[in-house]
Amino acid sequence: MTQTSTTQLDGTAKPEGFELFMLRLNKKIKSVDPYLTFAGIGLWLFAYWVLCEGLEIWRFNKLPGPVAISKDWFSTTPFQGISIFTQEYYDHIAVSCQRILFAFGLATGLGVPLGLFMGWSRTIRDYIFPIIETLRPIPILAWVPLSILLLPGFEGPVIFLATLASFFVTTLNAMLGVDSIDEEYFRAAGCLGSSRWDIFRHVVVPGALPFIFTGLQISIGVAWFSLVAAEMVSGDLGLGYLIVDAYMNNVTVPMVIAMITLGFIGYFSSACVRALGNKLMAWHVKELAQQGR
Amino acid sequence: MANKSSKKKKIGALSIKNVTKIYDPSGVNVKAVDDCSMEIQGGEVCMIVGPSGCGKTTLLNAIAGFHSITEGSIHLDGELLCGPTKPKAQQSAERMVVFQHGALFPWKTLQENVAYGPTVQRVLSTNEAMDKAGQMLAEAGLGQFVKKYPGEVSSGMARRAEIVRALINQPKVLLLDEPYRAMDALTKQIMHESLLETYDRTGVTIFFITHDLEEAIFLGDKVHVVTTRPCQLKKTVEVKIPRPRSYATQSSESFRKLLEEVNDAVHEEAVKAFRAGEREMA
Repeated sequence: MTQTSTTQLDGTAKPEGFELFMLRLNKKIKSVDPYLTFAGIGLWLFAYWVLCEGLEIWRFNKLPGPVAISKDWFSTTPFQGISIFTQEYYDHIAVSCQRILFAFGLATGLGVPLGLFMGWSRTIRDYIFPIIETLRPIPILAWVPLSILLLPGFEGPVIFLATLASFFVTTLNAMLGVDSIDEEYFRAAGCLGSSRWDIFRHVVVPGALPFIFTGLQISIGVAWFSLVAAEMVSGDLGLGYLIVDAYMNNVTVPMVIAMITLGFIGYFSSACVRALGNKLMAWHVKELAQQGR
Repeated sequence: MANKSSKKKKIGALSIKNVTKIYDPSGVNVKAVDDCSMEIQGGEVCMIVGPSGCGKTTLLNAIAGFHSITEGSIHLDGELLCGPTKPKAQQSAERMVVFQHGALFPWKTLQENVAYGPTVQRVLSTNEAMDKAGQMLAEAGLGQFVKKYPGEVSSGMARRAEIVRALINQPKVLLLDEPYRAMDALTKQIMHESLLETYDRTGVTIFFITHDLEEAIFLGDKVHVVTTRPCQLKKTVEVKIPRPRSYATQSSESFRKLLEEVNDAVHEEAVKAFRAGEREMA
């Protein structure tokens, strides 16, 4: 680090680490953004309560309201069987998360290289792209019977469906990412004496990263979506199964608890993907920051 | 010193002989370059001036090996780059291009960008290349910015770093395609001085495409005015202003005379190009 990059104009040291975190937190608290978020959540919860419990509007009175849900969710002896103190709740979460990790990892591991190669080589694209484009529009639920016929047990079909959905998104975005790279970078790399492999490593991969991570954020959402759909059709555990099981047994509170839990975990998983992307693409983040974004 | 510079002058001589390039994108032949010949001596700063879309860049692309040529031949130091038997030149670090819009890799820091060439050519190890890159960037006045990404520095700094990235490979020819086009006048001045200083230091042959006539005379040893499409050599103006040149040169009488001479030649072509453009639009 040179002298100029760690000191500011007035000679004080630039804040780093924990100090920087506190500075940002302080700035955040003083801005209006967090209060708007709290107000938004409050307003939404209030509307929900009014509809279900306050006024008990027709048809909404069949749903559990926020009071009923939180009573059960945080109770050591939940009336309808699921709360943060029951082992079963965590079993469902763990099974779903494991499946997502596996499916998302598999889809990323296959989709990113395939997409990159498709963007990089005309021949590979000509072989594979038409097939992918034909399979991609088939809704994931249409694959359910085939996957049950094809794969044994509960686990196989569920993971297959979640992988398939996110695989298409990832592949397509990786390919478009390569297309988005300016021709001049390839020319410059050629001038500088790169081999074809050098160009792949130093131009194709980093150049496609912004698109890849946009794709991964969509793809993890799609993975959750299709996982839950698959668990509803064919499953023995998992949050999707919990929702259907609760509905069948006419206990509505665990159903809503599972839905909200899915929302939180989904939010958290996208945030993880985003954070990883920002870490790998410091150059991109700094470039955007320079533009005031 | 004199011995050294005369020795340097021998390398990087470009000989462009009767080059013709015909594009055929949609069944209609478009002649971009027609029977164009030019001799560029080693260590010369050769400025190519001509109206927009006249085929200057086509010529540069042929030398760099991005495009093929239809007829004619191009030699570098007597070695065939492209000709009848070999329509497209091999891309190589002996002919380095600096692009119009800048092509530093945005995902590499300035230092990594400069170190890239020697690393992939296996001329230096990664560490050696990084050291040398840092040193060369410091010489170019970019020492504080070696760890910055191109998106974090001004366009002027990025362009300077891009020239350093080219020079670290010790090219025979530096090909510049309107590198200072989008810059404001003040930044341009600084860029010119920086390029002149680099040239005085290295004596590399420079093939420089521009629209800016003052730039052409201020930087060049020879100014080649080319015609509107198809591109042919119209006139060569020799600039005999001694080096090292300073910005004061631009207000001298001889400078103004040269400017007039070049302007007369270019203006005629610009009017022709404009009329041709009108015809195409009609």
